[in-house]
Amino acid sequence: MIMAQIQQEDKLDLAPKKFNMWLFIFTSFMFFAALTSGFIVYSGGSGKGIKIILPHAFMYSTAVIIISSVTLFIASRAAKQLQFEKQRLFLWLTAILGIAFLAIQIYAWVLLVNMKVYLVNSNASQSFIYMFTGMHLLHVIAGLGLLFRALSGSYKNIPQVKNLFRMEFAGIFWHFIDIIWIYLYVFLLLNQY
Amino acid sequence: MSTLAVHDHGVESHDHDHEHHHHDTFLTKYVFSQDHKMIAKQFLITGITMAFIAMTLSILFRIQLAYPDKTFPLLHTLLGRFAPEGRIDPNFYMSLVTIHGTIMVFFVLTAGLSGTFSNLLIPLQLGARDMASPFLNMLSYWAFFLASVIMLSSFFVQKGPASGGWTIYPPLSALPKAMPGSGEGMTLWLISMVLFVASSLMGGINYVSTVLNMRTKGMDLWKMPLTIWAFFLTAILGVLSFPVLVAGVVLLIFDRSFGTSFYLSEIVVQGQVMPFEGGSPILFEHLFWFLGHPEVYIVIMPALGISSEIISTNSRKPIFGYHAMVYSLIGISVLSFIVWGHHMFVTGMNPFLGGVFMITTLIIAVPSAVKTFNYLATLWRGNIRFTPAMLFAIGLVSFFISGGLTGLFLGNAALDINLHDTYFVVAHFHLVMGSAAIFGMLAGVYHWFPKMFGRLMDEKLGYLHFWLTFIGAYLVFFPMHFMGLDGVPRRYYAFTEFPSMARWLSVNVFITWAAIMSGVAQIAFLFNFVYSIFWGKKTTQNPWGSNTLEWTAPVEHLHGNWPGEIPTVYRWPYDYSKPGHHEDFIPQTVPYSETMSSNLSHDFEDNEAGLEAFKKWQIANPPREEVK
Ligand code: HEM
Ligand SMILES: [Cu+2]
Repeated sequence: MIMAQIQQEDKLDLAPKKFNMWLFIFTSFMFFAALTSGFIVYSGGSGKGIKIILPHAFMYSTAVIIISSVTLFIASRAAKQLQFEKQRLFLWLTAILGIAFLAIQIYAWVLLVNMKVYLVNSNASQSFIYMFTGMHLLHVIAGLGLLFRALSGSYKNIPQVKNLFRMEFAGIFWHFIDIIWIYLYVFLLLNQY
Repeated sequence: MSTLAVHDHGVESHDHDHEHHHHDTFLTKYVFSQDHKMIAKQFLITGITMAFIAMTLSILFRIQLAYPDKTFPLLHTLLGRFAPEGRIDPNFYMSLVTIHGTIMVFFVLTAGLSGTFSNLLIPLQLGARDMASPFLNMLSYWAFFLASVIMLSSFFVQKGPASGGWTIYPPLSALPKAMPGSGEGMTLWLISMVLFVASSLMGGINYVSTVLNMRTKGMDLWKMPLTIWAFFLTAILGVLSFPVLVAGVVLLIFDRSFGTSFYLSEIVVQGQVMPFEGGSPILFEHLFWFLGHPEVYIVIMPALGISSEIISTNSRKPIFGYHAMVYSLIGISVLSFIVWGHHMFVTGMNPFLGGVFMITTLIIAVPSAVKTFNYLATLWRGNIRFTPAMLFAIGLVSFFISGGLTGLFLGNAALDINLHDTYFVVAHFHLVMGSAAIFGMLAGVYHWFPKMFGRLMDEKLGYLHFWLTFIGAYLVFFPMHFMGLDGVPRRYYAFTEFPSMARWLSVNVFITWAAIMSGVAQIAFLFNFVYSIFWGKKTTQNPWGSNTLEWTAPVEHLHGNWPGEIPTVYRWPYDYSKPGHHEDFIPQTVPYSETMSSNLSHDFEDNEAGLEAFKKWQIANPPREEVK
């Protein structure tokens, strides 16, 4: 009885926190909207576009981050069905895919540098590629933090309400990062020539 | 069952009397507090401190403007290398203007205003125990505090603080070598502002989330006081527009420190050709003003909300046009995102685009006018109590009108060619934003002082403060319209040295003395504020006879606000002087069943059962014949 009550109160208390995450996503969204609008204003005004074919590495990283969303979804479902072993396994998979994404993005920078497309560039359209990917990577790092928090909670056997909350918290953000990357990538593709 | 979430790491259940409450140490109670009421006070006191600092800066540059060729040895003693031989250095003059503007707009009127009153009133007026995330709330204050310290610390670096104006347009701000104020001072400015934005976002996210999730029973959106509507929409504006500033600032930081060319194009600095190519300074203006214009409404809307509440309470009348007030706030919020171009009419923008921005800008005048008319209609034939808070709220209405009118001139793309960057703009925004919002903030301080500190402020000193400040502000800013019409540019160190503008010297002297007078008047406030915290008259629970929930909470502050259950809400907050009731106010917590004699059929709009009961009661108690 008391347990049930506390759980109910818990829900009452966690809902606004989850809502905070949604609001944060709006702020992040505005941030990227501003960067891409900046790109449009710049390239529209100066007549300079990206003027290169983007390295294929971005295609692989896109695939990786989409798969990581799927694995995270599976982990969440496992958590809801009380299959904690499976939850942990797929959380690990998600985190590893996240790290792989990070590595591929950095590799893509190396490729860009080899193509003589530098950050410090008289054509800021090309500098914008670094801004988009770099600012997105900061979000990925934050997302990894949330994933590891959910993982550690799961290992420490925190109460199920909290476990689910952490999963959802990480999930909302991670899927958002995924979608934002797709948006950025499509945006870059549309503007590459 | 009442519950408190006081720690980020867990949830604690308490029973009604909070007997086994955890014990606060000095550090958790006064410093790293997570209680919204304490955080509100922290914001207020930091805000007031920053306001006094920024005001002092303005007096300093006013002295320069009034006496451009006099020397004041005292200034040298005070400012050292920034005032060699007792005259303010031209670069330092620019720093003064910049830091004055930055502190006033962001640190006082954004953080000081929203931070104080959103924190204090959102939980108290909505019937919540605390914010959605008290921990985030605490972080928000400390990020703000750190931002303030960093901003002020820029006075202690060798070359002085940032000096490109509060709008920090590149290329000036992007080239550390361009002038002294673009060096370390600018770097500190940027760091401080990043922290500031982080603080605003944490605060704003919390406010929105609390309003949407944590209202007490019965408090639907249309029963919220207008203060809450204003804080809520303000927070939404902040959440959507501050990230855009961050994007602009990030690009600026890359230009400054890593050599990219987002904003910089071919340029020669001190005879040296810089390596930048092809950037667009206009891009920065777009990003800046996309925040910048919503920002001015972030500043004014809380003040408007506060004065709605105070004017209604002290006119002892329901607010006129509650729904219209809410819809105009919403209208202002939406429109404020599509007018930023009016700050850029003379950047060479396509005249067609200028026309579009002109139309959207002029449309904003409509909801603004709706609000002012509603204030006036609320005052009309009210049973007005002229408390100091009420006077300041009326002062806000006055400034909002006189400053808003000049907005219409500036919003006209053709007229703006003449008026842009003149003192006319300075007059416009100091009345409509500076004075109006400060008056709203002061009104709030006088009105909710008893709620914050359990004591009343002295009324006599309040009146003195009001009249000196009110008259002073008009004396300072009104003449600036004429200077602007004559073409006097803003941000000039000594424009009266130009023969064509020399005649404005006497006006400058006049303005400076008016500014000094209003500055001195603030000491009456400061004294009153500090004195009343410790020795003011003890307040009763509901000193103004107000309807809103915060006055149902006990005077002593409790963690969790109400000792027992959170009160339930039955009616809107503006039942003042309702005919048929024995008192001239009915708090939101009084159910209709207890006020049969004053109920009206439309009180039961979506309450069939209530309406039936009311009809029966009416038949049983026919209205008595009036005795003539
Ligand atoms: C009737 C509504 C208003 C209109 C049509 C209007 C229009 C304008 C225009 C066109 C400018 C640009 C002038 C220029 O730089 O050449 C301007 C500047 C400004 N306005 Fe308003 N305004 C209105 C209300 C407000 C309100 C309510 C506030 C703040 C609470 C405000 C704050 C400012 C500020 C701070 C600036 C100057 C920014 C700067 O350059 O430093 N205005 N206004
Ligand atoms: Cu504007």
